[in-house]
Amino acid sequence: MYKPKLLQITNYQLLVVILLALAIALTTRAVSAQGPTPTDDEVNRVAKQLYCPVCESTPLDACPTEACRQWRDLIRTMLAEGRSEEEIKQYFVEHYGVRVLAEPPNRLATYLIPAIAILLGAVLLFRGFHIWMKPSATRAATEPEQTSAPDPYIARLEEELKKQK
Amino acid sequence: MTETSIPAPRRGVPLWAQIIVWVFLVGLLVIVALGLQRRQQGTVQPGQVIENFTLPLYSGYEVDGKSEIHFADLRGKVVVINVWASWCKPCEQEAADLQQAWAEYEPSGQVVFLGVDYVDTEPEARVYLKKFGITYPNGPDLATRITQYFRITGVPETYFVDQDGVLRYVKIGPFSSIDEIRAQIDPLLE
Repeated sequence: MYKPKLLQITNYQLLVVILLALAIALTTRAVSAQGPTPTDDEVNRVAKQLYCPVCESTPLDACPTEACRQWRDLIRTMLAEGRSEEEIKQYFVEHYGVRVLAEPPNRLATYLIPAIAILLGAVLLFRGFHIWMKPSATRAATEPEQTSAPDPYIARLEEELKKQK
Repeated sequence: MTETSIPAPRRGVPLWAQIIVWVFLVGLLVIVALGLQRRQQGTVQPGQVIENFTLPLYSGYEVDGKSEIHFADLRGKVVVINVWASWCKPCEQEAADLQQAWAEYEPSGQVVFLGVDYVDTEPEARVYLKKFGITYPNGPDLATRITQYFRITGVPETYFVDQDGVLRYVKIGPFSSIDEIRAQIDPLLE
């Protein structure tokens, strides 16, 4: 079957164009998936988990200072690079110290040591108070018996008072 | 005569609970007191020997090809430690004077300037360094270890350390002129 030469070339070119278009489309898609600018909400979701040492007691998402604005920009850049929240937080800890975290790292010791220390202190104090209070309680219990015992001086004094009446 | 134990009447809050509350409150007060004491202490005081610290350097600011500088290696030289940040407007007032002073003292080899970049982002820091043409060694204060050691009260602050590693002068706030910087360095060189 005869096929015109012009048509064969056109088909070949068409195939090349389709392949090129596919390649471009795939490449463009890959790039756009990596680099969309993160929204303010996405940035603030990470920022509110951090505190800048310059502005104490103000979470990063609400802090109006220039230092905090720079930090938020850095978070935006890192999110655009595809870094995860944990990776970003880790970066901030490495660069600015663990105190930038709104919550301490999830270490058992962070919560256990203060609790154990408080309980231990309480137990020691409790035992101390218990020992300290025991003699006084015993004394209190024995005092009525002592007062009920007849004291000759008091008895004589009371007698003298009765006589005067 | 026999001792009779009378059981104590039960009250609202048990003793152990009261003790825990008091221990907690006292602990809290101790923490607050320590924090206040630390704040009132201010910066490290002149006369104190400065302990060794390591400053990682920004690329382009390496010293003898090394990417970090150890303070202990600078014994025998006057060290000027300037704490700054790119977001700090008062720092800009003194940046040019510090660079000019560095240009004056660097050839002697007896004075070293160190820029400690506090709570900053590297891109902004680089813009700042370029803007003021700063060439002396500069790097970030990683995890704020250096500034915590010096107990800085803000930025800028500059510390002048003599050849024996003893802190001689602390400047809180920006220098008003290059003469103010010279006035601290020159006596240490005599």
